[in-house]
Amino acid sequence: MRVIISLVVVAILFALGWLGATLGMGRIVLGVVIPYLAAVLFLGGIIQRVMSWANSPVPFRIPTTCGQQKSLPWIKQEKLENPDTAIGVIGRMILEVFFFRSLLRNTKSEIVDKRRVVYGSELLLWIGALVMHWSFLIILIRHVRFFTAPTPYCITLMQQAEGFHKLGAPVFYVTSFLFLAAVAYLLVRRLGSPQLRYISLVNDYFPLFLLFGIAASGIWMRHVARTDVAAVKELAIGLVTFRPVVPETIMPLFFGHLLLVCVLVAYLPYSKLCHMAGVFLSPTRNLANTNRMKRHVNPWDYPVKVHTYEEYEDELRDKMKAAGLPVEKE
Amino acid sequence: MPKPDEPGYYKHEDLLSVDYRPPRTDWMDTPVDFRRGTYCYPGKVKNLKILDLPNAREWAVGDDDWKLPDDWKQTVLDGMAERLSKYRSFKLFMDICVRCGACADKCHFFIGGGDPKNMPVLRAELLRSIYRREFTTLGKVLGKIAGGRELTVDVIKEWFYYFHQCTECRRCSVFCPYGIDTAEITIMGRELLGLLGLYVNWVIEPVANCFLYGNHLAIQPHGLMDTLEFMVDDIEEATGIRVDLPMNKKGAEILFVVPSGDYVADPGIYTCMAYMVLFHELGLDYTFSTYASEGGNFGLFTSHEMMKRLNAKIYDEAKRLGVKWILGGECGHMWRVMHQYMDTMNGPADFLEVPKSPITGTVFDNARSTKMVHLMEFTADLIQHGKLKLDPSRNDHIRVTYHDSCNPARAMGILEEPRYVIRNVCNHFFEMPINTIREQTFCCGGGAGLGTDENMEIRLRGGLPRGNAVRYVQEKHGVNQLAAMCAIDRATLPTVCDYWAPGVKVTGITELVANALVLKGEKKRTHNLRLEPIPGMEENDEGAIPSDE
Repeated sequence: MRVIISLVVVAILFALGWLGATLGMGRIVLGVVIPYLAAVLFLGGIIQRVMSWANSPVPFRIPTTCGQQKSLPWIKQEKLENPDTAIGVIGRMILEVFFFRSLLRNTKSEIVDKRRVVYGSELLLWIGALVMHWSFLIILIRHVRFFTAPTPYCITLMQQAEGFHKLGAPVFYVTSFLFLAAVAYLLVRRLGSPQLRYISLVNDYFPLFLLFGIAASGIWMRHVARTDVAAVKELAIGLVTFRPVVPETIMPLFFGHLLLVCVLVAYLPYSKLCHMAGVFLSPTRNLANTNRMKRHVNPWDYPVKVHTYEEYEDELRDKMKAAGLPVEKE
Repeated sequence: MPKPDEPGYYKHEDLLSVDYRPPRTDWMDTPVDFRRGTYCYPGKVKNLKILDLPNAREWAVGDDDWKLPDDWKQTVLDGMAERLSKYRSFKLFMDICVRCGACADKCHFFIGGGDPKNMPVLRAELLRSIYRREFTTLGKVLGKIAGGRELTVDVIKEWFYYFHQCTECRRCSVFCPYGIDTAEITIMGRELLGLLGLYVNWVIEPVANCFLYGNHLAIQPHGLMDTLEFMVDDIEEATGIRVDLPMNKKGAEILFVVPSGDYVADPGIYTCMAYMVLFHELGLDYTFSTYASEGGNFGLFTSHEMMKRLNAKIYDEAKRLGVKWILGGECGHMWRVMHQYMDTMNGPADFLEVPKSPITGTVFDNARSTKMVHLMEFTADLIQHGKLKLDPSRNDHIRVTYHDSCNPARAMGILEEPRYVIRNVCNHFFEMPINTIREQTFCCGGGAGLGTDENMEIRLRGGLPRGNAVRYVQEKHGVNQLAAMCAIDRATLPTVCDYWAPGVKVTGITELVANALVLKGEKKRTHNLRLEPIPGMEENDEGAIPSDE
């Protein structure tokens, strides 16, 4: 049910974009109004979200340590898994954000022969996630060429590196297909495992279908329908220079693609996709294990009711004296 | 016939046929099945009253009516709002989970039980679904489609059940790509339950005891003296040495804090005896304290506030006695509190000095602010400086493996110190498989206040991954002892080992040290601290040390 809802919503959105572009005012709404609206929702949402996290303090220093601590000088500390310096923390965060270090540890446990629990390495999720995120990033950077004239040299270079030519056909970009495959894998994985299916919400399927739709329509426009790239660039530059124009030669299919992108951008801050920003703030990862070295202050600390030594001795003085223990008051 | 609170009630083949298939009904529509052996009994009125906790009343988990206060719903929602604004961890972990499922089979309770709500992700969703519905825009508008659900009494019952099927061991947080820590979720869940007066007695009674008497077991000062004096007698019988028993001694250099399990529970008592042997041999100027007679802190399993209330006595007592620094014994969750919370909650400890070993002169710079050193750091330093005369062959009948306790491993990273010590006092040390040790270590199944017998099925199921790894080294290497530096381990792992790896006994690390330690003026050591004869050390075989290899 959750799968179907998600799929149907994405399909409707795509159709709205496609068909809307055939109507008179539709192209202006889809090409100008919605992109600006999405940008506003994204910026407003992500700022609000990050501020809301930042406004909640970190009262205690609670890193999850994944290696040897710094203690005696002759014991080798694992500086990235259990950092005690800012540089170590930055290193740990780089490994986490760019290479998904924690996911790399993933294992799969199983009870075999009804007697032994065994653990195997399980890297498919790590590979799938890594391919999906990195391809996404590269595709995103590649799209910068639509918004800039002339195209920055580094982007041209990147395109040459991953593209391969076939005579008479548009350049194939490896990442487009890797991305599509990775998203498909994540979807199949989610549907294939009974446990995962059990925990999955619309909030999980919807973004996957959205990404799949965006990638598939993008590839379609490039290799099958052959959209007018120059016209799309005109639209894009118009948007970023705040002099929007919607050229007549852009095909309706493109507006389906664009609407899905806009929905993704607008949806991001209000959904689990905000992990993109949140991972940087995770207190189990971004704090150094300097717990006993430096005092960490809790900004909302308050006094609590304790049972003082005086009260304790008052209640137990006779017994303490009988046991030969020293007391403060005779 | 054994009862559900006894291990014998459970057949191995039943527990090992774990059904990992989720139920047919959606998790939001699947109510809790309170089955005997899988939940803990409620907190007693007297304990709640000692601690001034709300809604103290008689109730039972099996009752339909849990006698919640009238405004319970608003209380919970206000409590959530307050915690969301006070803890970034909570707010963030409510928002960023993508339900990738990497944490699912990392939880010992899920591996051993198969209940999908014991997947860390779903445990958090129990709270997150309410969060989405009440605190997020999409959830308020779209409700169930956005993964939200209504807060009902059934949800509260579900929280009670599953937040007491999490030992706050943090293993899942090692594997989470965003570092989401289920311990944080469980702590918040338990705090919210606490606002309604929903506590587990096995947690709240130790808390009340600790508040009044300084330790979880309500041992009063004269009782503690008696207990330790018995140990002094036993030590003399085993070693021929009469050790001193410094208690509440003003002006001592070091305040020594241990978990109270070491005073009375077998095999923890041998670890406690070993502490005294070691310190006597070193001539250490230290003192125990009756007021600070508990390093452990079940407040951690209750609420942040309770943790602070119980922890305050450590620095207070150090100040009253005028010690220079604090040394802490072998305990797991105690060290999470000492390492990650104490200085923040009850510091600054500016009346103490940076810890310095009086024996080796080593300055423990890593503890320069908190001023508390772990006994394994202290002992490893002694051995490395050659300050202990050790005869590891006395432990040759022991083939030992080492169980990293959750909190020292994942909240401190004290991994090598205990191993260094064990290797120096035992000739036969074998590691369990890599996925079950160090930062990936498995909980004993009874941490975070769940180690009570009425919870036996859950303990045995949760203990399966650990017990199974023990059996692996038992079969492969003939391991017959499991060393652990945690009092809860020493209390619960004997049950787990007897069930899953019968024949493997549990020991503290310092016990192994004291048995190997050659004492000045000792008699011929024919018996260990348990007063069991040491194989190969019988009276007649002068000098001959047989090897078992």
